[in-house]
Amino acid sequence: MTWGVVFFPGSNCDRDCVHVLRSVMGYPVVEVWHEDRSLDGIDALVLPGGFSYGDYLRSGAIAATAPVMRAVGELAARGAPVLGICNGFQILTEAGLLPGTLLHNASLRFRCHPAWVRVESDRTPFTAGLRPGMVLRMPVAHGEGAYFAPPAEVAALEEAGRVVFRYCDPLGRVTPEANPNGSVAGIAGVASDAGNVVGLMPHPERASEGLLGSIDGRRLFESVVGALVGAG
Amino acid sequence: MTQATAVDAAALCGLPASDYREICRRLGRDPNPVEARMYGVMWSEHCGYKHSRAALRRLPTSSPRVLTGPGENAGVVSIGRGWALAFKMESHNHPSAVDPYNGAATGVGGIIRDVLAMGARPVALLNSLRFGPLDERRARRICAGVVAGIAGYGNAVGVPTVGGELLTAACYRDNPLVNVACLGLVRADQVARSAAEGPGSAVLFAGARTGRDGIGGAAFASTELDEGRAQADRASVQMGDPFTGKLLIEATLEALATGAVLAIQDMGAAGLTCATSEMAARGRVGMAIDLDRVPLRETGMRPEEILLSESQERMLLVVRAEEVERVAAAYRRWGLAAEVIGQVTADPRLRVISGGRTVVDLPPDTLADAPVYDPLASVPAGLEALWGLDPAAVPAHDPGEALLLLLRHPDVASKRGIYEQYDHMVGVRTVTPPGSDAAVLRLITAPPLGLALTSDGNGRWCASDPRRGAALSVLEAAANLACAGAEPLAVTDCLNFGSPERPDVFWAFRETIEGIAEACEALGVPVIGGNVSFYNEAEGGEGPGRAIFPTPVVAMVGLLDDVARTGPMGFTREGDLIVLLGDPGGTLGASLYQYALQGEVRGRPADPELERSAHTIACAREAVRAGLVASVHDASDGGIAVALAEACMAGGTGASVTLPEGPVAEVWFGEGPARFLASLPPERLDALDELARRHGVHYRVLGHVGGPALRLVQVGDAGPTGPIELPLAQMTEAWEGLEV
Repeated sequence: MTWGVVFFPGSNCDRDCVHVLRSVMGYPVVEVWHEDRSLDGIDALVLPGGFSYGDYLRSGAIAATAPVMRAVGELAARGAPVLGICNGFQILTEAGLLPGTLLHNASLRFRCHPAWVRVESDRTPFTAGLRPGMVLRMPVAHGEGAYFAPPAEVAALEEAGRVVFRYCDPLGRVTPEANPNGSVAGIAGVASDAGNVVGLMPHPERASEGLLGSIDGRRLFESVVGALVGAG
Repeated sequence: MTQATAVDAAALCGLPASDYREICRRLGRDPNPVEARMYGVMWSEHCGYKHSRAALRRLPTSSPRVLTGPGENAGVVSIGRGWALAFKMESHNHPSAVDPYNGAATGVGGIIRDVLAMGARPVALLNSLRFGPLDERRARRICAGVVAGIAGYGNAVGVPTVGGELLTAACYRDNPLVNVACLGLVRADQVARSAAEGPGSAVLFAGARTGRDGIGGAAFASTELDEGRAQADRASVQMGDPFTGKLLIEATLEALATGAVLAIQDMGAAGLTCATSEMAARGRVGMAIDLDRVPLRETGMRPEEILLSESQERMLLVVRAEEVERVAAAYRRWGLAAEVIGQVTADPRLRVISGGRTVVDLPPDTLADAPVYDPLASVPAGLEALWGLDPAAVPAHDPGEALLLLLRHPDVASKRGIYEQYDHMVGVRTVTPPGSDAAVLRLITAPPLGLALTSDGNGRWCASDPRRGAALSVLEAAANLACAGAEPLAVTDCLNFGSPERPDVFWAFRETIEGIAEACEALGVPVIGGNVSFYNEAEGGEGPGRAIFPTPVVAMVGLLDDVARTGPMGFTREGDLIVLLGDPGGTLGASLYQYALQGEVRGRPADPELERSAHTIACAREAVRAGLVASVHDASDGGIAVALAEACMAGGTGASVTLPEGPVAEVWFGEGPARFLASLPPERLDALDELARRHGVHYRVLGHVGGPALRLVQVGDAGPTGPIELPLAQMTEAWEGLEV
């Protein structure tokens, strides 16, 4: 299977994602330019972290209007796995491909540190190979990562099993202390209605090699491969 | 060309009369007003190194690995496996005093461009910060602004901030120090250079457009800070845009990959003036520049404004004329400006036209090579008396209470609240994040190699004895690398001082260089570049006049043959032995304990004992590399007691320790060179013993790892002390209390 990683001006985890998918995991990777209009030949797509277009208007707001985003929408509509990491998550919410929005951290500060998330749903290609309740260690690094949606919408997401990851402590307990940014209900990641589009604030690509302290992030990418082959 | 009266031109350049006479002598005429402004900035201390250049020649700058030494935008050293690193540190003190956020942010942007100009991809940042006491609102405000500026630029530009240090003293209250270092990676055969070549080659201006910001910034950095002028000075502080900085990195690396770029330099201090004159002078060629072709973002800019603007995120390239479109296309693809503004000429003159008129016509080396001064140096009055003061004459403290006091001190306290504001992981190279003795990066393109990074400097020591203090700072950096198992490759330094026109300040400057040189020679590590920041003086300074402490900051990079063999600093396994490697003797002279309790520097720091220290450092490094030890941490600020507490907290365990005999405060909190606390399983002690013997290094077993508290016993000069038990939770609460 072939992965695509989108390069927006100001993305800065683009090369990291390519490194993990191509060099660590051995998949073919297409580097997609923000002005590209076609995603032909790409089976699964990553929107990486960073500060696309400087994040000067509102994080992800400008990138959501980039030429490539029409093709991203079409790919998502076809059911292909699309993962937004950090700024990529913000872009997907701004583009309307994922519900909710990401506000400034409750501390009003950028925070970068290891974090733990609990898998809440295995009904996405990125978690199909995982079990609900599993705890993954992946770092966070963001200033605007507080997930927010109106209470009714959050309830609907919970009901539909679209909350995919929740911040927790290393033992899987969801506590206020384990929530790094003030996200509502400790939500770290959500899925689209169909489940194939997922966004999360933690960085799986920074947790994909033992040398860097965790390989839990790799399981998200491995999971997609299993799901696609399974659906094959 | 307009001829100003000599009086006008002399006033416009703002230099001493002797400098102005020298300009006229070199030119054979008076400079016109535009030229006078250019000399004024290029011959400022910040750009011209007039007071420092002769003294800096003392530093050792070569090793078999050095590909590019001082004089280029950054030093370059071979790592092996076809790769090299570029490394450079610079100060941004004055701008940060006036505008903490933008001053610090542009400091980060500037040092990134220096490394980029060597053709290297920037992969790590360090910062060394000095502020006034953080229990004062003003110091906290400056600190918060500087940290936010470093985070704001570094995080968005996508270069991880992997380490640094923060120390406090009253002398930095109004004159904070912001020193930032950048490390880059480049293929050894693709190192870029700045010497212009090839008459007829195109001079390409690339990056952000030019505005009126930062005009005269370099000259501003060469004067003492004046509170009343702070508002007016704000216009001298440049504004950075990390988004454009990020685009500039990617576009420049693409541009260099075309192979068509002959020379490149960033436009930082003194902007276009500096880049054109230095590139031409280094290549012994000339340049013809047309200011009408410079991409501007404001209208009506005068020639001298365009020439002196310090607008950020701009590079100047010399490109083979026939390939210039390919290079320009790389910048335009990333949405940046790229315009040919002139060409290289065989005739070594810098000619600038504007509106069809020649506004500048001079030999570029007369601008680029400022005169070299030979300043007066004299030993400060009262130095011997200061050394004679008894640093132990402090109110008797319960040593347990004193330890908690030091853990709470900003110099020792956890900086987590700061470094968690920095993205220290982007780039997926960070193996050891901030918070350890040294940061460790893996090399993705050349596994299993790794690099360790640290920056260290101690103004307290240097305020008492700059030569010893500087040497001890170099040893401290090498010791930090040893804890990671890394062998020193190169040093870059920032030398922060008061006015060099004061003989006592200049004496300290020369002594500092001597100390750095001696220590680097003992370790066999070259100084490949750096920067000098003079005129760090303001109300509240404690040094001669109102100067800051003499504050050299040493950034050191080291190599790990196998990055997986690096080890932690914290005690890990219950039952492991704790060993003190090195001479247990420390001194309280100019120590943190002494300064924190007495409020002024007294006594003299320890003799660096360079040769012995170098052996101890090598021994510690080898113990890590051989996998003999489970952890190693070096004792620095606050001595052995603080280091024990840090190793306990880092590992999340207690320890039971018997300290060496001697006076209590000196043994617990005394500071000295090259002392390491290692932990290891008892069965490895024989192997460590053999290693220590081979290096001729003293060691002693202090106790063992385990329990819920740090338990200390000592036989002092007044009888036994302890056991003193400090629960882990109590130490952690003190250590993590720093509010910034």
